Amino acid sequence: MQSDLIAIGKNHKTSCAGSTTENKTVIALAGNPNVGKSTVFNGLTGLKQHTGNWAGKTVSNALGQFRQNGNNYTLVDLPGTYSILSHSHEEKIARDYICFGEADAVVVVCDATCLERNLILVLQILEITPNVVLCINLIDEANRKKIIIDTDLLSRLLDIPVVCTNARKGIGTHELIENAHKIVKNERTQQQYVSYPNAIETQIQNIREILNTIPLKKLDSRWLAVKLIENNPELLNSAYEYLGCNLAQNPELKSALDAARDQLSDKGFDNDIINDTVVASFVLCAEQICSKCVQSPKGYDRTDRKIDKILTGKKTAFPIMALGLLVVFYITINGANYPSQVLSDLLFSAEIPFYNFLTYLKFPDFISRMLIFGVYRVLAWIVSVMLPPMAIFFPLFTLLEDSGFLPRIAYNLDKYFKKCNACGKQALTMCMGFGCNAVGITGCRIIDSPRERLIAILTNNLVPCNGRFPALISVITIFFIGTTPHLTDSLYCAVILTAVILLGIALTFLSSKLLSHTVLKGIPSSFTLELPPYRKPQILKIITRSIFDRTLFVLGRAVMVAAPAGLFIWLLANTYISGVALIDYCVNILDPLGRLLGLDGVILLAFILGFPANEIVIPIAIMCYLSNGTLSDISNLAALKTLLIDNGWTLTTAISFMLFSLCHWPCSTTCLTIKKETGSLKWTLLAMALPTIEGVVLCLVFNFVTSFL
Amino acid sequence: MNKLLLSNLSAGQTARISHMNSSGSIRRRLQDIGLIEGTQVECVGKSPLGDPAAFLIRGAVVALRCEDSSKILVNRIR
Repeated sequence: MQSDLIAIGKNHKTSCAGSTTENKTVIALAGNPNVGKSTVFNGLTGLKQHTGNWAGKTVSNALGQFRQNGNNYTLVDLPGTYSILSHSHEEKIARDYICFGEADAVVVVCDATCLERNLILVLQILEITPNVVLCINLIDEANRKKIIIDTDLLSRLLDIPVVCTNARKGIGTHELIENAHKIVKNERTQQQYVSYPNAIETQIQNIREILNTIPLKKLDSRWLAVKLIENNPELLNSAYEYLGCNLAQNPELKSALDAARDQLSDKGFDNDIINDTVVASFVLCAEQICSKCVQSPKGYDRTDRKIDKILTGKKTAFPIMALGLLVVFYITINGANYPSQVLSDLLFSAEIPFYNFLTYLKFPDFISRMLIFGVYRVLAWIVSVMLPPMAIFFPLFTLLEDSGFLPRIAYNLDKYFKKCNACGKQALTMCMGFGCNAVGITGCRIIDSPRERLIAILTNNLVPCNGRFPALISVITIFFIGTTPHLTDSLYCAVILTAVILLGIALTFLSSKLLSHTVLKGIPSSFTLELPPYRKPQILKIITRSIFDRTLFVLGRAVMVAAPAGLFIWLLANTYISGVALIDYCVNILDPLGRLLGLDGVILLAFILGFPANEIVIPIAIMCYLSNGTLSDISNLAALKTLLIDNGWTLTTAISFMLFSLCHWPCSTTCLTIKKETGSLKWTLLAMALPTIEGVVLCLVFNFVTSFL
Repeated sequence: MNKLLLSNLSAGQTARISHMNSSGSIRRRLQDIGLIEGTQVECVGKSPLGDPAAFLIRGAVVALRCEDSSKILVNRIR
């Protein structure tokens, strides 16, 4: 998930990737969603575009460079699309790039286990450019399912190179590029694959004759003629922009088009029927080709259906999802316990030697104290508390992601989302939110309806991200379980954490319903959700990938935010105005409000100062408490417990803290992402206000109720 | 022949699309994934709450909500 952020950083507008500038061959990767385009892309470029077994992972073009056999290539990873005739945002990005982006060659990546559906897109692209290489990916999965593909025949029928690949293992990808290279070097002529009914073909011919007198740059006249007859204004506008002239104003063409439409409608081809006929022609052509080249044994998907019976079964689906959450948390908490302790002992024991070392180097005492007890201490806390759970959680999550389980979650929960007038794919964005809410919000692009996408964006923060897990886990461990960890204790801890998450999910449904009955009124829109075949995850690859791409990236970001924050807090705590530390002024101001919520001024201040990153909330609170007391060793949870209890924490405080951690404003990165995705300050403010109000109300109600106990 | 709606198919039943009343973007989307008149479709299961249901369309499994599948007329094959 986090690597999405990196990849997006490298994204460029489609228009800036020109053709063979600087001797570089530009190759576009197109294909249906979830066929492994990103895997091919990563394998060739060495970049780390995020991959996962669900449709809609790549939401905008990613660009990468690489060298092979002494040639330079630019690879453009397009978002997955089922068609380039359609209208969604991603499909428009992909379509515009293929039509007008002037890539030298297009590699169309197909799923070997579902070739017929994939061929529809291949044929559509072949109408635009002859420079196509067909990549049949996931060939290992097809072999496993005993699906036989006659690639020689396919290559002859389509008259393009066909390469079988297993991109996850890097098999065949270099051959792909060699073929793309050859295809660019040899002039190829546009072929006709799909024929339409005679009435339409006659008109295409008429329009083409006029088009042939107009310079069309790289556009194929037959393709453009069909588009003109189809009259899709949005596509035609892109075409006019590309050509730099509005063809619709060409009088000769205009009258020919009018005549064509009249004649067609006389023969019963009105606009809708023309559209249907064009689409159907591609589908039928793909069907014909496939019937010649592909043999799928009966029941090749039997295993998938068996797994589906369990994971989406009436009685089993919900218990399995809850159990899944519980198991993931249990493994995370239990596995993180010991390494956390070792890391924290190690890092905190270095505090004093470091301090002595700086003193030895004749650093002014003020600076040494600031660096060690300000910056270093916060960093040590973050590394020891965050690193182990992340290093366990991310691989587990990636495992679920790669296997194909996540779309099933969306499938199982869709009815609830429909009841809230929202989209089932919101479940996928929530899953991404577990890792990082900013990524979850970018992922909301997979939801087509703008209204439903906004609901998903505004509620994403109610799923606690990885920055909030460690704080939740620490508080749960301290206040619900003894500080000497035990196997059953971690199970208990995981149960409580799961309950917190389930509360967050319940709040998501509630908020979605609230939004769709107030500011985002509307009825649920239509949607299709692909349930991909289950794929065997590659354990070793998952572990290295999630540790290096995700864990270290998130940790790095947290450290970058935490270091200056630690410095700032230390300064606040050590700058005195008439004998009172600045931090105490702030705490005192916030204290009444904090108390009302069952927290205190320090916790509230920590949440506010934690705006840059949720990871630093607990360290800030600790530093505030420490600035008043004498206790300096917080290297273990027992000491932390003493510190918190000394500062008035009770079980009620702990629960209020967890509630407020679950429901408060999103972190700064997330807010920026929301602003970018919605393009509106108003929605960003609402996204901040909504969870905060819910958190305040929850805390107030909880404390009101407990005050009677 | 057994005329019914796509939404009426139960798990394991196969049918051929006879007419699509869907309109707008969902019509295009269904066409994009290869669902046109004459296409053979198998219902492979229902979600635990009964809706949506999953259909095998041209080798891929796609979930459709009842609102959408009830606009598609089919002839049952088996």
